[in-house]
Amino acid sequence: MNNAINKDIDFGTPVVESDKKITLEIDGTQITVSEGTSIMHAAMVAGVTVPKLCATDSLDPYGSCRLCLVEIEGRRGYPASCTTPVAEGLKVKTQTPKLADIRKGVMELYISDHPLDCLTCATNGDCELQDMAGAVGLREVRYGYDGENHLKSEKDTSNPYFQFDPSKCIVCSRCVRACEEVQGTFALTIQGRGFESKVAPGVENFMDSECVSCGACVQACPTATLIEKSVVDHGVPEHSVTTTCAYCGVGCSFDAQMKGEEVIRMIPSKNGGANHGHSCVKGRFAWGYATHQDRITTPMIRKSIHDAWTEVSWDEAIKYAAGEITRIQGKYGKEAIGGITSSRCTNEEVYVTQKLIRAVLGTNNVDTCARVCHSPTGYGLKQTLGESAGTQTFDSVMKSDVIVVMGANPTDGHPVFGSQMKRRLREGAKLIVIDPRAIDLVSSPHVKADFHLKLRPGTNVAMIAAMSHVIATEGLIDEAFVKERCEWDSFQVWRDFVSKPQNSPEALSEELGVPAEEVRAAARLYATGGNAAIYYGLGVTEHSQGSTTVMGIANLAMATANLGREGVGVNPLRGQNNVQGSCDMGSMPHEFPGYRHVSDDATRALFQTAWGRPLSSEPGLRIPNMLDSAIEGNFKALYCVGEDIVQSDPNTQHVTHALESMECVIVQDLFLNETAMYAHVFFPGASFLEKSGTFTNAERRISPVRRVMTPKNGFEDWEVTAKLAEALGYPMHYNHASDILDEIAALTPTFKGVSFKKLDELGSVQWPCDDANPAGTPTMHIDEFVRGKGKFFITEYVPTTEKVNAKYPLILTTGRILSQYNVGAQTRRTNNTAWHAEDLIEIHPHDAEDRGINEGDWVGITSRAGETVLRAKITERVQPGVVYTTFHHPESGANVITTDNSDWATNCPEFKVTAVQLNKVSQLSDWQRQYKAFSDEQIGFVQNAKSEAKI
Amino acid sequence: MNIEHLITMANQIGTFFKSYPDADQAKKDIVMHIKRFWALQMRLQLIEHVKQHQGEGLEVIVKEAINEHGALLA
Repeated sequence: MNNAINKDIDFGTPVVESDKKITLEIDGTQITVSEGTSIMHAAMVAGVTVPKLCATDSLDPYGSCRLCLVEIEGRRGYPASCTTPVAEGLKVKTQTPKLADIRKGVMELYISDHPLDCLTCATNGDCELQDMAGAVGLREVRYGYDGENHLKSEKDTSNPYFQFDPSKCIVCSRCVRACEEVQGTFALTIQGRGFESKVAPGVENFMDSECVSCGACVQACPTATLIEKSVVDHGVPEHSVTTTCAYCGVGCSFDAQMKGEEVIRMIPSKNGGANHGHSCVKGRFAWGYATHQDRITTPMIRKSIHDAWTEVSWDEAIKYAAGEITRIQGKYGKEAIGGITSSRCTNEEVYVTQKLIRAVLGTNNVDTCARVCHSPTGYGLKQTLGESAGTQTFDSVMKSDVIVVMGANPTDGHPVFGSQMKRRLREGAKLIVIDPRAIDLVSSPHVKADFHLKLRPGTNVAMIAAMSHVIATEGLIDEAFVKERCEWDSFQVWRDFVSKPQNSPEALSEELGVPAEEVRAAARLYATGGNAAIYYGLGVTEHSQGSTTVMGIANLAMATANLGREGVGVNPLRGQNNVQGSCDMGSMPHEFPGYRHVSDDATRALFQTAWGRPLSSEPGLRIPNMLDSAIEGNFKALYCVGEDIVQSDPNTQHVTHALESMECVIVQDLFLNETAMYAHVFFPGASFLEKSGTFTNAERRISPVRRVMTPKNGFEDWEVTAKLAEALGYPMHYNHASDILDEIAALTPTFKGVSFKKLDELGSVQWPCDDANPAGTPTMHIDEFVRGKGKFFITEYVPTTEKVNAKYPLILTTGRILSQYNVGAQTRRTNNTAWHAEDLIEIHPHDAEDRGINEGDWVGITSRAGETVLRAKITERVQPGVVYTTFHHPESGANVITTDNSDWATNCPEFKVTAVQLNKVSQLSDWQRQYKAFSDEQIGFVQNAKSEAKI
Repeated sequence: MNIEHLITMANQIGTFFKSYPDADQAKKDIVMHIKRFWALQMRLQLIEHVKQHQGEGLEVIVKEAINEHGALLA
């Protein structure tokens, strides 16, 4: 929503829910609130504002500033209203002469050690200390600045996004508590006592500390002590637009605070359904890429990838692309072309793209980047439960007693949810981590995993089988639930299978590399520990048996009745912002929007009628099929929107060979990404700040994306696709993204009740949203599964064919880190590079010593697919025999070494298991040298195009 | 399409379903999976391979599945 910047009401202390209600009187007003509510909160509910500095409703009460004192009839003294709970019949006064006197004295002391530079202060007009000085009527400070004070304390500007000015600190501890309670990192502390007390990041400065730059401390600071550098540079913003983050699958809601069309800062929305006012370093700070100088804003075309680009008008570019598509389909047939959508696109963009491919080009050759991440989730959950989506809300974790994290790293990949999970763990929930690597959750401040099942990469199915064996053979199955909710026959077949001795933890222990007793104990905890929820990520899906593991997880949840209520469930942590949505919108080659198979006559008829074109009943090609087919000479053109398959897909040389084999590659993106270097047509894209639409996060939450600035390229992305469709003889009559969402709702039962109007009213909504569930469906499968009865599947462990041997004795597994995002196209163009300037290869000290590798050495990594070189990071986070890297930088060539192995059901690549050898080297690999030459040439082609255009 | 890739993919599908005790059902499931998720040209190429090369490289259960239910794939 577009508003002047109105501060949210701060109730001072968190809301408390209780069935027992208490009635009291505050300043003569009767108010009834839940038992346990603070007097301060109750006063705010009654419309009475109590002065405060150390209190804010995102943090537990602390009672240090002494401004919120009140008088209570019949009680002695002046209790702090933030730490005093309500009681039946209390009569409270918040304003008396005595209270005014105390408060004025307190404020006078604060201000006596605070610079009086309000007029030139960056938070002038946006400062709680300033507000309180006004509220208590402070008119003079009698103490002067002659005595000892903190006014000359040095600023810490080490963090690229915010600064710490201790001279303005009032030591209210809100930053320290935010770091602990909201983020859960415990990076800050109050150092020293009395006058020497000061906020400290533990070491010399913020940058070198444990701080993860989530911004919670900046958000909590009531003064200008912790403040965004962008506000220091540009002043306070003047209006705000609520939109949705374009990074990970958490889908945080943000208030883009603006000056005209310039973003000044992104503030996590207090009412955000997924994030509740919290953020991470990416969403909060790393949005500068939207205005980065690398943005290409003028369309370009060329005949060959070895030619320089020519900048052209939009009309020329569209006409050229349409001409090439028509020529190629005329010459090679309609199946010679396809499209790829991206999770970085809005739902509306994905929908329009797949509509173009299916209705205008007449083929189902459309796929999306979920192919390389969560396609096994879509398949596995559809088969077992009936819907290709997670079962819960993020908030559900707060009712979990046992949390299983398998093949996921929430604190890095889904940081805002990771913080929420850590809150629940600090409250006492048990934690089972199943991961080859010691992710942060295994051991971090005040969080320690009860079990870390450090299995060998590629053995997920064996682990699920072993846990299932324990549950089946030790009488831990909830048979009543299974009888009522599941297909009994499929259950019996599954139970017989997992009960076989070959599936026991003892039989599989060696394969897993995990002691049998640990597996047994973890399985017992999952089955008997109360509400148990499984969270999983790409460490589950990106395997040759990714779909099998997903089905195995669903089996476990059904067998133990951990589905259909809060606190439990099967929870895929979707990687990118709109992976769920891009799949929902029909960008898989076998499905129309809403996961309906293309061979379903009724569904096809529905879309044929709406779109006015005949539609194919045959599944189209998946991305790897398109690439194979291109190399075979049958697939000739690709329309790739927002995706960078050269960097993100496995076996880079295979991908580039396929692209080189095509006659027309059309890329629509913000930047000349790696795929665009092989393109013939470049359509400039719009950033998430420049368009309207919706994203759907990992909990099925549809959230609005709102345009806060004019697209630098001239058009929102759906408009570009619509122009291409029109040039191909199929006008799309949309005036706004909301028209597209209306069409989606009209044709997709699970989206029936979704509209921009509803999103304006509710903020966000979780699908299914229909007549029966007009406000959405937070928890799925409550009374029955979407498919009716839940179906168990046999999940036999089949070791991957990607085996270690004497030549390739180590297993490489890949992942991501907090500060960078996916292929890094966005985050590499922000100051987040301060934390991760290059990809490193993590290696265990024993393996490093065997190879004479030291920290920081160049290390050659060779696999059956290729070779690359990275610098070594020696760490015990990885186990002996396993190495790990990220793929955020294209020159790293992480996917030069990953192979074509893929999931049996979906072709999701086996990124998590590649047999490799490491050796110390002194120069980059051949691929890297060739890459650099090619990349430099391609970037030069763009720069030349711009220069010529200027001439 | 590279036939070696198709053979590998078909064998992976066969490996998943062959663990079911009902072999006849497993063969139907193999064919139905391929029908629902593979493009027509890939299916035709696999059928052709079975016809021309007796399904060389294919797991027995996959070969049998295509021989018995191949009509569903065309």
